[in-house]
Amino acid sequence: MLLALLALALIAFVLATLLALPRIQQWRAERAHRASREPVGPFDQLYDPGRERRAEQRARELLRSCVNEEEWGMYRDLGFIRVAGRHARREVDHASRAAYAYLVYPHKPIVAYVPQSGQLLSEYCVEFPDLTGNGGRHRLPASDDVLAKWMALTSDEDRVIRRANMHLIGRQLDPARVRRDLWRLAEWERRRGDRQRVPQSHQ
Amino acid sequence: MKFLRMKPGHGEVLLAEGDPSVQEDEERLVEEFRRQLDEGMWAAVPVTNSGSGRREAQMVKEFADIPPESERVIFFPRASGG
Repeated sequence: MLLALLALALIAFVLATLLALPRIQQWRAERAHRASREPVGPFDQLYDPGRERRAEQRARELLRSCVNEEEWGMYRDLGFIRVAGRHARREVDHASRAAYAYLVYPHKPIVAYVPQSGQLLSEYCVEFPDLTGNGGRHRLPASDDVLAKWMALTSDEDRVIRRANMHLIGRQLDPARVRRDLWRLAEWERRRGDRQRVPQSHQ
Repeated sequence: MKFLRMKPGHGEVLLAEGDPSVQEDEERLVEEFRRQLDEGMWAAVPVTNSGSGRREAQMVKEFADIPPESERVIFFPRASGG
């Protein structure tokens, strides 16, 4: 009896397989055809290893065409730009150096500091996300991020600072690294000053 | 005058180009300007400060605010707290 049941089950399985086989083959063919036609995701369709590099190169050229020669040299050599603060605490500050300034890094917080003493004041966390939809990318190239910060600070400092999240120094940036950057900036300016003086001394 | 827009993965993209003194071009530029601001972009014009001689940007909120001698307007996403 048991043997007969097993034989029946085996026959039923073989028949079911024979009936289902054409449908399985059709499903596999359709799946292979779909896979060859449709991308798995937006990045698979658009993946281009040189794309981000080319975007950054274009962004650097745009930045270079907007800022002055000193600021471009600063970014090229040091990786950040200094932007002078527009507000003065005293009348005398209007005539002399800026009372405070910002260090603008790509994709990092803006750092406010006092140029005369080197005292670090605060970090302003701000970003410029493009939410209009572009294959899942929201982040601008590094040099575009710097240019966006530069344009925002030099045109409407109050607005960008209001929108930023202010933190004490050390939240995202290492204070020691920022101080080292200020030292590098001072050295860079000293060397630049020396280079500019050399041609004059030869005349 | 050129309208450029910063785009992730692209760098700047040319949106429109034209001579604002030509009516047809101006209408096209105004339309594009409004579209970009409607999409949440900020618009800025790189200028040279007449007093200090330093390079800086001027934010523009209306097409009429664009300095007439400007060669380009740069659109970029508005700032938000990071």
